[in-house]
Amino acid sequence: MLKVRDLGVSFATNDGTVNAVNGVSFDLARGETLGIVGESGSGKSQLAFAILGLLARNGTARGSAQFDGTELIGAPLAVLNKMRSNHIAMVFQDPMTSLNPYMRVSDQMAEGLIHHKGMTKQQALAECVRMLDAVKIPDAKGRIRLYPHEFSGGMRQRVMIAMSLLCKPDLLIADEPTTALDVTVQAQILQLLRDLQRDFGMATILITHDLGVIAGFCREVIVMYGGKVMEQAPVEPFFASPSHPYSRGLLHALPRVDQEGGELSSIPGSPPNMTRAPKGCPFEPRCGYAQDDCKQRLAPLTEYRTGRKRACNRSVEELA
Amino acid sequence: MTALIEAQDVAVTFLLRREGDMPWTRPRELRAVNGVDFTLAAGETLGIVGESGSGKSTLARALIQMVPATGRVIWQGKTDLLSLTANDMLAYRADIQVVFQDPLASLNPRMTVGQIIAEPLRTHHPGLGRAEVKARVQLMMDRVGLLPNQINRYPHEFSGGQCQRIGIARALIVEPKLLICDEPVSALDVSIQAQVINLLARLQRELGLAMIFIAHDLSVVKHIADRVMVMYLGRVMEDQPKRRLFAAPQHPYTQALLSAVPIPDPVAERAKVMIPLEGDLPSPMAPPSGCVFRTRCFKVQPKCAVDVPQLIGGVACHFPGPLLQKVG
Repeated sequence: MLKVRDLGVSFATNDGTVNAVNGVSFDLARGETLGIVGESGSGKSQLAFAILGLLARNGTARGSAQFDGTELIGAPLAVLNKMRSNHIAMVFQDPMTSLNPYMRVSDQMAEGLIHHKGMTKQQALAECVRMLDAVKIPDAKGRIRLYPHEFSGGMRQRVMIAMSLLCKPDLLIADEPTTALDVTVQAQILQLLRDLQRDFGMATILITHDLGVIAGFCREVIVMYGGKVMEQAPVEPFFASPSHPYSRGLLHALPRVDQEGGELSSIPGSPPNMTRAPKGCPFEPRCGYAQDDCKQRLAPLTEYRTGRKRACNRSVEELA
Repeated sequence: MTALIEAQDVAVTFLLRREGDMPWTRPRELRAVNGVDFTLAAGETLGIVGESGSGKSTLARALIQMVPATGRVIWQGKTDLLSLTANDMLAYRADIQVVFQDPLASLNPRMTVGQIIAEPLRTHHPGLGRAEVKARVQLMMDRVGLLPNQINRYPHEFSGGQCQRIGIARALIVEPKLLICDEPVSALDVSIQAQVINLLARLQRELGLAMIFIAHDLSVVKHIADRVMVMYLGRVMEDQPKRRLFAAPQHPYTQALLSAVPIPDPVAERAKVMIPLEGDLPSPMAPPSGCVFRTRCFKVQPKCAVDVPQLIGGVACHFPGPLLQKVG
């Protein structure tokens, strides 16, 4: 359904061109879940923005992203608007800043339906109430007239999700949908997304920094670092045997409730400054397996085993 | 061993005035912290966890009079910190230092790293000479993993993890006995988070610090705390040694909180028993009667609406007990 090939994003800034995303490729079938994990500055959000044509004005996208055969990169606004209304929806990280504080929830939810689907206000409102019920907002009918600030963080995120589902999208892109929420609320929202995905049969791209969320929610995972894909694999084998030094470091650095405490193995150093992106592997300065060639070049993402891809100059055997 | 700090029946009440209230209207009360008791020995780490709005940060701030509180906070078995005037409190501030959540916002952008780290030293030990201050600052920078040539840089030149190291150096330079860490790693990336947790654990061992470590993340607390206190709506739900709390949580809220933490392992994640909590935190303006957790509890009985459960054996619940299946 969604076919992304060699997608790149660069920004023209005062400090020169920043290549935020480089050469990302993946396929997503109907009803599938893909997780994109990375730390801040890894380019995971910009990737999603590029697909939806939401890049900031100084950003340009390269490569190709096709949705059911329609090219999205560089598409005219009319095409993008049609996509955004009927096929692809997005949920953003911070529900408070992505909802309009001056508009009642009812008005901002109905706006899309009236605009895209040509519904009357009454029809649209009825549909909105139905959707708020679907995301389990108690007393949806009574609360739809409220303003965003009158909802709690978890409820606001539910409103966002309800709003994104109104036009029955085939693909939902969720950018850190639970990062601002408490764990108990996060569990509620993830369960909700799981149920909705089952009921509506939509595909989901979940962007997060939390490998735990990926483990529970996704079928496939892409690990990004410094704007490049480090590893791409189905979730089970990935967590059982991560094949990239960065994925390994990330997994070992995670504190876990189901394991004994004690010293965490941390990754030394800090993520690269993307205005001075390294020429070779972005992870080279922090990598325990780095050799001289890593400074110069990074091996392209290659499939080393069925369904599993990695970009590393060292072979899997060398990391053992 | 006498306790380093002992909190007895600590409560924090904020008075709220609504817009349009008349001057003589009685303001509404918000009980952010309610009847909290705990003791902390020297060198021990107490983890405080809870969702946003549970009062964990407010409690920590109450201990050092950053917010007005009632009750007693006994320092080293002698002084009640809450009864001190602001002036008398100054003498104790060097002993209790705080590391805040937002690393960049808690550093003055117009001061250099050297000035920031030296400031508590100048305040609490005004007699020290310039060379001595500089030497101590350099020693502390080395301890927290900052490079000597960074002493004249400004906070904005540093990443979040490094800013947090600066904050830690500033707190430790006056050799406190108690370090309060208010969500010190929540704003950091995973790979950096591990660095800072390890740094705090190492410094605590080396310096024999007592620590109060506030987090909303149970997995982080598991790595650093000796004892864990779980708070909900301003009250303590459970207070247990770490091992016991994670192996066999007794309070239904602790059990639910533990089950909600995602595990980075698809097999374990699918196998675990989820205890879903329905709805949101009730408004702290009108907390439920009896047990504050009863509105979302899966074990709720009529008794829970009437009696406030006391903290007995580390659990504040009328019907404590392990889950039938293992969580997490």
